[in-house]
Amino acid sequence: MTGFLVASGLAHAADVPDGARQTELLYLLKHDCGSCHGMTLKGGLGPALTPEALAGKQVSFLSRTILEGRPGTPMPPWGRMISEPEATWLAKMLLKGGIRAR
Amino acid sequence: MRDSRRQWRYSLVAFAIGMLPAACIGSPASGQDAGSLGMIVERAAGRVLVVDTRKRTELAAIGGLGDLSHASVVYSPDQRFAFVFGRDGGLTKVDMLRRRIAARVMQAGNSIGGAISKDGRWVAVSNYKPGGVRIFSARTLEPVADIPAVYGDGRRSKVVGLVDAPGQRFVFSLYDAGEIWVVEFGDPARPVIRKFRNIGRQPYDALITPDGRYYIAGLFGEDGLALLDLERLDAGVRRILDHYGRGRRALPVYKMPHLEGWAQAGDYLFVPAVGAYEVLVLDRRDWRQVGRIPVHGQPVFVMARPDGRQVWVNFAHPRNDTVQVIDVATRRIIRELSPGKAVLHMEFTPKGEQVWISVRDDDRVDVYDTASFERLARLPADKPSGIFFSSRAYKIGL
Repeated sequence: MTGFLVASGLAHAADVPDGARQTELLYLLKHDCGSCHGMTLKGGLGPALTPEALAGKQVSFLSRTILEGRPGTPMPPWGRMISEPEATWLAKMLLKGGIRAR
Repeated sequence: MRDSRRQWRYSLVAFAIGMLPAACIGSPASGQDAGSLGMIVERAAGRVLVVDTRKRTELAAIGGLGDLSHASVVYSPDQRFAFVFGRDGGLTKVDMLRRRIAARVMQAGNSIGGAISKDGRWVAVSNYKPGGVRIFSARTLEPVADIPAVYGDGRRSKVVGLVDAPGQRFVFSLYDAGEIWVVEFGDPARPVIRKFRNIGRQPYDALITPDGRYYIAGLFGEDGLALLDLERLDAGVRRILDHYGRGRRALPVYKMPHLEGWAQAGDYLFVPAVGAYEVLVLDRRDWRQVGRIPVHGQPVFVMARPDGRQVWVNFAHPRNDTVQVIDVATRRIIRELSPGKAVLHMEFTPKGEQVWISVRDDDRVDVYDTASFERLARLPADKPSGIFFSSRAYKIGL
């Protein structure tokens, strides 16, 4: 059961994770990030991560947040598990709404 | 006065008449009693499984419950009805015997669990959005009271750690405000609220001790725990375990610990450390830490077997494929199990001879014998998370 659809055409840069890794990252996003941000990314203890909620945020800000966490909040640094290009890919996906609940 | 035998017959007849539309399913004649039932949450599918905890079988799957990530369940005092609190603000009342939805309301935009009053008349839900607590009639799910968690200059806080406490009270914590509120609802339409401010930064979950006396909130934003003696409210909130928490060399926490599962075994409480791979041991007579047990990862649930002789621990991502068993007498790990990928929750049978473990990424629930550690059964389930047995109906705070 996949809960997310990946919009095609987003993945074009050189540093983009391969298909299998993309599936892993989206699973992680839904189920593990989803513990705090909600499985549909509409928020929970952590804020909503829908394109509307993230409007105006920079890709670099979001990928840094993923990699380094947010001190003073429960957001942990994911840099041990997610590489910089992967975080950038995730940030772009979130911003463009390339990930959405089915 | 009718003798008890006749009264029993009378209730049986009334019950059987009530059951007519459901044919034989769940009728007393089939041997099914509400006391051996339980519920497994299938978080992604928006579905719950009704299970028989003695036969270790699935009896029914009930869908249409919305977003069930982080869903939790409380039971009516007669164990017949389960109230399921969904992430998306859905509150669903499930008839465990007829195995269908009895009532359902969308009561908020984003929620995190709830509680039922001791007399079973009121169900309270703690909400993130809009921040506050709403109280409903357990019979009809009609709204009875709305308690906005307003603080400071009028902002609303997310509410966590909602429990029912002795004396028709609900107690909960305000995550953004750093407050604990005690609500008396002798008259549910006019709840009386007592607020405790400055209890510490970011209370993220709370528990009530099994005797219903102490309410303890875990703090994410600073070290320590906030303790409220519910028999002595005037004494206010005091801080315990000041060095507990993030600490200077804290490890990242990839999943927040859950305090509902805190284990009390005799005079000792076993609690998950935050940002350390340890289970801490507290003496509940003076609230001092008397030990620490190194474990496999960041603990999430630390749960005592009902007899208090073992404590079972699961862990946060990415070390969540393992369960460790602590022997309470020696405070040593006596067993390590590898149930599979992403162990999310554990639930003991009422007397503790079995434990049910949900293994999310392997899509199953495993049942273990807690004496031999043998696996007794394996039930398929779609991304299972919480497991809730109807014996919770008789436990304070659950």
